[in-house]
This record gives sequence, C-alpha cells and structure tokens, in this order.
Amino acid sequence: MADTSPDNIPFAISAYTPERLRGALRQMYLIRKFEEGAEDSYTRGLIHGTMHLSIGQEASAVGACIGLSETDKITSTHRGHGHSIAKGADVGRMFAEFFGKETGYCKGRGGSMHIADVGKGNLGANGIVGGGLPIAVGAALSAKRLETGAVTVCFFGDGANNEGAFHEALNMAAIWKLPVIFLCENNKYGMSMSTDRSTAVASIADRAVAYAMAGASVDGNDFSAVSEASEAAIARARAGEGPSLIEAVTYRWRGHSKSDRNRYRSKEEIAEWMACDPIPRMVQMLSDHGIIGAGDAARIEAEAEAEIVQGIAFAKESPAPALSDVTRDVYTKPAA
Amino acid sequence: MNVAADIEARELSYAEAIREAMDVALASDERVILMGEDIGVYGGAFQVTGDLIDTYGPDRVIDTPISELGGAGVAVGAALTGLRPIFEFQFSDFATLAMEQIVNQAAKVRYMLGGAVSVPVVMRFPAGSGTGAAAQHSQSLEAWFAHVPGLKVVQPSTPHDAKGLLLAALEDPDPVMIFEHKLLYKMRGAVPEGHYTVPIGKAEIRREGVDVSIVATSIMVHKVLEAAEMLAGEGIEAEVIDLRTVRPLDRETVLASVRKTSRLVCVYEAVKTLGIGAEISAMVAESDAFDYLDAPIVRLGGAECPIPYNPELEKAAVPQVEDIIEAVRAQVKGRL
Repeated sequence: MADTSPDNIPFAISAYTPERLRGALRQMYLIRKFEEGAEDSYTRGLIHGTMHLSIGQEASAVGACIGLSETDKITSTHRGHGHSIAKGADVGRMFAEFFGKETGYCKGRGGSMHIADVGKGNLGANGIVGGGLPIAVGAALSAKRLETGAVTVCFFGDGANNEGAFHEALNMAAIWKLPVIFLCENNKYGMSMSTDRSTAVASIADRAVAYAMAGASVDGNDFSAVSEASEAAIARARAGEGPSLIEAVTYRWRGHSKSDRNRYRSKEEIAEWMACDPIPRMVQMLSDHGIIGAGDAARIEAEAEAEIVQGIAFAKESPAPALSDVTRDVYTKPAA
Repeated sequence: MNVAADIEARELSYAEAIREAMDVALASDERVILMGEDIGVYGGAFQVTGDLIDTYGPDRVIDTPISELGGAGVAVGAALTGLRPIFEFQFSDFATLAMEQIVNQAAKVRYMLGGAVSVPVVMRFPAGSGTGAAAQHSQSLEAWFAHVPGLKVVQPSTPHDAKGLLLAALEDPDPVMIFEHKLLYKMRGAVPEGHYTVPIGKAEIRREGVDVSIVATSIMVHKVLEAAEMLAGEGIEAEVIDLRTVRPLDRETVLASVRKTSRLVCVYEAVKTLGIGAEISAMVAESDAFDYLDAPIVRLGGAECPIPYNPELEKAAVPQVEDIIEAVRAQVKGRL
C-alpha cells in the first residue's frame, strides 16, 4: 500500500486534475507507440533516411510540456518526436512526414529531423546539435518585446551543452531576463561519447551558476519531478524573473540512430535503465493515488496503439509531393 | 520610387543613408529591432547606427554580447516569431562564426518546414578591404552566401541604394544579407527623404555604352565608372552595370547588355576564382547572348590570397582603376 499521507503526495497529483494526468499518461503511451511504429515502419522500408528514437524519455517530454499552452513555444531536437506529441501534434501528419508525403507537417521536405507544428507553438526539431538554443532565445525575446506572455521551452540534449551556442544562448537569455526554459534531456550519451567523458561538470544543471540562473537536476524518468521543476521555471519566466536550466536525467533505450551498434555501453547498463521505464512508474503513481483504476492503463495504451495504426494508414494513403514542386517554398517571395 | 521623394533628395553619406533607413523603419514599425555588437551608445564600429539608441532606447537598439552565433540565432528566432530584426555584424568576417544560424537555420527553415514559416531577418555585413585591417577584417564573402538557396544577397554601391535596398529588405519576408563596403560609408550622394525602396533582384545601368559591358559590384562600380571615363577618351564606350543584387541575379539586364555590346568584363573585389564573375560568365555562356560575343570574357577579381596588411600589397590584391582600363583596352582592341 502506497503512502498517501499529504507529505508524500507527488507534485503532479496535487497540481493537476485527474483528467490532465490521464491525458499525460496517454501522451506518454502515444510517444512510445509512435516510436515503435516508426521503428517498425523503418524495418519495413517505409521510411527513407534515419531517425532518432526517444523510447525511454517519454516523461521528460510530457512533463516539460504539461504546463504550456498553445501560445507557448518549444524548440526541439533531432530526437524530437516526443516533444512534438507532447505539444499536441497529430501523429498521422507526423507519420506522413516520415513517409515523405505532401500531407506531412513539412510536406515531405523535412522528414524526422524537422517536424514542426507552428500552430501549436512547436517551432521545430533541428538537425544541428544546439541549433535550437539561440532560436529559442529569439522566440523569448519576441514574447517579451511583443508582450505576448508566452514562454519558450528549449529542449536540447547533453551533447548540445558543449556547443558554443549553449553558452551564447544561456548568457543572452540571462542578461536580458527572457522567458525561456532550457530543458536538457541528459540521456548520458552524445552519440557514443558519455557525459562523463564529454562534460567537465558532474551535473549539467551546475552550469546554471555560470549564467546566474536557477538550475535544477531532476529524475527525468519521473513525470512528477519533471513537471514540478518545469512549472517552477515557467512561473519564474512568466513573472519576468528570467530563464532557468533544468537537467532531466534520462536514458535512450535505442541507439543514437539506426546505424548505432551500441559498442559504447553495456547490455547491463541498458537493462538497468529499462527497469526504470517512466511509463510503468507513471501508471504506478496514478493508480496509487486513485487517478486510474484497474484496466484503465491497458485501455489508454490500446487507444494510443489504435491512434498509431490509424496514423500510419493515413500516411501510407497520402499523396507524394509533385516532383515539379522541388523548389517550392525556398522563398516566400521569389524573384520578380 | 516615387517622384515626390526624388525631388526632395539631398546628399547624405552611405552610412547616414543606412541609418536613415533604420530610423524610418523603427519609427513606422514597432516590430523592427536592431541587434549587434556596440550598436548602442557606441554607435556601431563604423558609426552606422549612430545615435538611434537615443530615440528608440536599448530595448529596440540592442547591444549584443560578442556572440555572433548566438546573436544571429536570436535574430532568426525573433524573426520566426513576429519581430523584424536587423542584425549588424561588426565586420562581415565575423559572420564565419555565425554560419550555422545563417546557412542551416535562416536559409532553410522555411523550406524544411514545407513553407509553414518565413524568416524575415535582415543582416548587415560591413565588408571589403582598403582599411589596413588585414586578413580577418577585410574579406568579401558575399559569394558564399549567394551560393545558398533561401538567402537573398545585395550589395548597394550608392547611398541611395543603401537606403532603398535596406527598406526593401525589411519588407521582404525572406532573409536578406546586405554587404556594405566599408570604404563606401563616407561616400556622399543624393538620397530621397522618407520611405522608398530599391527592388531586390534588379541591376542598374550606371553608364550606357556600346563597346563593352562591364558588370561590377559594390565599390568596384565606382572604380569601373572612373575607368570608363578614361576609356571614353580613347573612344571606347563602356556600359557599366551595377549588379546590386547577387542573389537573385538580374539575368535579363546583363544578357541584354551583352547582346548590345558583344563584350563582357566582370569586376568584383572578392577572390576571383569560383566567384560572382564565374556565375555571370557562365550565365552568358549558357544563353543566346553567347552568340553575340566578339571576344573572350574577362574577369577581374581579388588575388588568390588573404588581404595583406601592407598598403601597397593591399591595393595589389584587389582590382584597381588601371587594371580595369588595361583589361578593357586589351579586350576591345582584340589583344586577348
């Protein structure tokens, strides 16, 4: 029997309605099923190119976005499918993009690494490590200048924390007190290089000190912990108190991309992290506190699965782009 | 350009004309902001922004830290989310630090996202040699940028065009790179008051002639005009075309001139090899205008070396009036 005395109620349980919590679980399942569906589609030859799967990282994407509205922005990364779904993207249009179809989010021009959903505030994934960091600061500058009240969550990985763009972006966000949350999903490896080898500080959150901003390191596989740190950062941003840096410590179950042979980490390490699967932990928390009953999790999972099946079918049936349109949309206003 | 504005034309320096364009834009559009290093109370390294901060304040005339990559990226992010930033590089050479944001992000975001967004950012690059600042503060890198679909690249040669092209760039929904030759900043010329635009993608015939077409960019336009006057004394009438926009090229103006004169000379300060002259030459060679040519095409460009410090070497590294006279004379008199 779980301890449900007031002192031990997780943040998320006290902060969100049961409906939102069930919605968050649904999104986590949707991300997991999406990634599995993407992997399966790749194996079947339906996807051109590569992809970067976020299986195992569902709690950080959903926990960081639960406090955002559609007017709030995110910038995302090459491992960004989860972020898109957490910000409300339609999985059918995402699959259509993977399959290179005209109905995809980028009309088949972007693929996995450039999915964006501007209407929902997702300014896009990015193929360049650290590429989204200055852009997120620019979005926050717009919000401040135009007084929209919007905040921007900037997702990046541990690899990006050693890019020059990281330093420049965090410093500018801090000197201008901009409403941006830097959310580092530390999944332990930048491709093959572990953070132990790549990064001089033990915790990436320690780098917040250098920019005089709030920094927190949380269990990235604990939805409640991520949402608690994110809500605090969002509140600071909305109050005009400037940026925050959150490190969500997590792990990617799959390799960096489809070419990864996993030579740099052990089977034991992967198994250890798979035992910390964020989804059963979320299910446990919700059932401990009576948010879901027996059979609810299985039902939500099945619904997510069905949505994925439907999304893949939509993508498969969608039309391919016309070859004559190859140079369309290079410019908004082409030469006269 | 309207006639009323023309009547009110008075003389301004090239730098003053750019400042006036920014003033007009800042006054009429709240979304316009200036960003760059030392553009505030310092007034910009070349005093182009001058005292604009006194009128518009530090929230719209924003001094950035010495962070070219981050600063350019913030401008891109701000442009994506509703602002109209004008980003000043202190020297065009420093854009090398920001190529990621310019080439991978600003130029490609629209296309990668299937046309879902535009990036209305303007970037200003003080460029060129002649100031004794040596190899890292004297380059002419415009061809690099002109090689990237998604960017527009202009090189105004007069105060009139500097103002009109900047105002046109601000009205353009796509990223526009403006290369300003540092030696032109003090040049004076007629500049209409108020708002007017010079069309991007349109060359200007600065001098009509029948014996040879000389296509020049930026400061070379003035050297070519000087050479043309000398050549006229020898009975050679050169047609001088100020390219003004490097991407997109004004194909028709160049081809029509070559059909008329049957000779083509290209003069530009950037390193000769693989530069704008090569593109213009190929454009003519691939067209019907090729049939009109009576002599081999001649390119005059920068020497195949970095810009040297010694003033005589520095002059020797870029085309001078005498070089132009000699080359045209040889071409027209059939000595090639």
